[in-house]
Amino acid sequence: MARITAQDLDRIGEEAKSRIHLRQGIARGRILVHMGTCGIAAGARAVMMALIREVETRHLGDIALVTSSCAGLCSREPMITVELKDQPPVKYVNLTADKVKDIVEKHILGGEIAAEHALSVGSERVL
Amino acid sequence: MAYRTNAMLCMCTNCVSNGALRIKDSLEGAIRERGLENEIQVVPTGASGLCVRGPILIVQPEGIFYQSLKVEDMPHLVEEHFLKGRPVKSLMYTPPGEKAPIPTIRDIPFFKSQRLIALRNRGLIDPSRIDEYIANDGYKALVKVLTSMTPEQVIKEIKDSGLRGRGGAGFPTGRKWESAAAHHADVKFIICNADEGDPGAFMDRSIIEADPHSILEGMAIAGYAVGASRGIVYIRTEYPLAIERIAAAAQQARDYGLLGKNILDLGFDFDVTIFRGAGAFVCGESSSMRASIQGEPPEPSAKHTHATEKGLWEKPTVLNNVETLATVPVIINWGAKWFSSIGTETSKGTKVFSLAGNVVNAGLVEVPMGITLREIVYDIGGGIPGNKAFKAVQTGGPSGGCLPAQYLDLPVDYESLEKAGSMMGSGGMVIMDEDTCMVDVSRYFVDFLRDESCGKCTSCRDGLDTMFLMLSNACEGKGKEGDLELIEELSGAIQVASLCQLGQTAPNLVLTTLRYFRDEYQAHIADRRCPAGVCKALITFRIDPERCKACLLCNKRCPQGAISGEKKKPQTIEQEKCIKCGVCRDVCKFEAVTVQ
Repeated sequence: MARITAQDLDRIGEEAKSRIHLRQGIARGRILVHMGTCGIAAGARAVMMALIREVETRHLGDIALVTSSCAGLCSREPMITVELKDQPPVKYVNLTADKVKDIVEKHILGGEIAAEHALSVGSERVL
Repeated sequence: MAYRTNAMLCMCTNCVSNGALRIKDSLEGAIRERGLENEIQVVPTGASGLCVRGPILIVQPEGIFYQSLKVEDMPHLVEEHFLKGRPVKSLMYTPPGEKAPIPTIRDIPFFKSQRLIALRNRGLIDPSRIDEYIANDGYKALVKVLTSMTPEQVIKEIKDSGLRGRGGAGFPTGRKWESAAAHHADVKFIICNADEGDPGAFMDRSIIEADPHSILEGMAIAGYAVGASRGIVYIRTEYPLAIERIAAAAQQARDYGLLGKNILDLGFDFDVTIFRGAGAFVCGESSSMRASIQGEPPEPSAKHTHATEKGLWEKPTVLNNVETLATVPVIINWGAKWFSSIGTETSKGTKVFSLAGNVVNAGLVEVPMGITLREIVYDIGGGIPGNKAFKAVQTGGPSGGCLPAQYLDLPVDYESLEKAGSMMGSGGMVIMDEDTCMVDVSRYFVDFLRDESCGKCTSCRDGLDTMFLMLSNACEGKGKEGDLELIEELSGAIQVASLCQLGQTAPNLVLTTLRYFRDEYQAHIADRRCPAGVCKALITFRIDPERCKACLLCNKRCPQGAISGEKKKPQTIEQEKCIKCGVCRDVCKFEAVTVQ
């Protein structure tokens, strides 16, 4: 480690922040990757890895990646649910690594639902 | 490298001694086995606080709290939670008496009612990585004081915040700094007092283990304020993990130029050395600590001049407690006004307490000053185990006092505790249930103090010995009429004739228990009876023939072979052989063993 200056302190802090602030519950939104047996068999692991790469390269440290269980629509796996703060959840189906890149670009960064991959807006009512 | 999940594994001394290192190996092994090593990061952290439930793992971003973990749980946990996204209910925290577990840390009452300032980074950062401390505003306060504040402004900010010493006496920190700043010398010292010696206290250890940089930053700010360039962390050698972490942290800070010559090229020099104390209780006292660092026998000396004028090596010295120093950077960053809005009129901010004894959630808590003892014991501590009644809480370590149930609604601040005969001390809190004998407790603590007395003052050395003898007599049924009055008189002499605070406060516990539990002392002396059923010489174990189901469990377990009786008939205890170990009472499922 080399000597740093006061300006470096901000840079180091920002870099480390993107790694750690998810631990503190500071998230703009989260992406649930449905990883039931069906999802994993259909390629959810590749989808997850692609999302991790996207979060890293696009510095999306405020987006939580969460594994979740089967969403109930096994025939359309791999699936993800994108939940941005104060917006209804959006489910995407039949995904691949390339498709999630597109979703990150359009939905997470652009704020527009990537309609061509989307199944529906909203989730089931629970209880 | 980005990870989707951070597995925050507690690596405090408690958890490590409960096998956290093996759990870490097993967890990392299971993660690799599932090919998740690029997705899941295992982060070692300091104490999460709920120490009694260790080893503890907190999975973020979800905030799932896993507790009482075993090595064999790891493969299942990794498969279910990390691979398939199904948190494992059986490893979550279930409050005593409840059936449903509470999955997330923010919903657990123990954590919900706390407010973290000194412990702000606990469980959130890896203490071995300076970058993670920096990410949470670390060293920002140091830069702020070096670039935009004069030493006078720093002192004023600390004075205005109302911060008082967290080590015991509660002296205003800003005034201490001001006094040291006013005395000119070629060298001045900032000493961090990490010589935590109270039985049952582990606040300082936990802060250092969880967030060592916060102390280093606080020391550097203190150094700038008073014009000191030398810092010493006086830490007991019984804290190997804390020593390792703070030494590593100091080296990282040095590498970054945050300690050493010309810090961040801003023209301020400050560096820290670690001094390991051999663990004598008296070394926590300022003049004894000074003697210890100077290579002399650790004995207190009369304080004709303040240490802030002539302290270590006759140079102006500021001695601050770990918790005090850890709080300083937050006050600089957030301002005195914000800090002084927390707490009571005379006691500002928060205080860290270690909860120990007969309490469900034994562990480490940080709460705003002015909170009641009841909130700490019942809301956060979860009450007394086994539905027993609360009897007393001892605050302030061996120098503090015991407060009975009538004080449960007392607000916890420096003045209120002192008025009730106890003290804040460094924040040890030992909770006692109805089965505790107060005479026995007094004897235990006087024995500790007698052992730790440095022996310089006759009043403390011989006074405590005599007091121990009289308390032992009471416990053994040899107490005499007039002993209690003599103990009180002796206490007065120890208070006025001892040189240091440790001697002066030594009789506190005996005096408060005499004040609030005098009946119990009198029962020991006048009636030769121990109402709590603890003092062996005063009790007899008997088996109630009505309740005994003749299961013979006690008969088999008695180490003395003192229990006899025919099969299928009630058993009896031969009193001559009985050593009153209590095994029969513990194993009896029918509560047939009674103590009189």
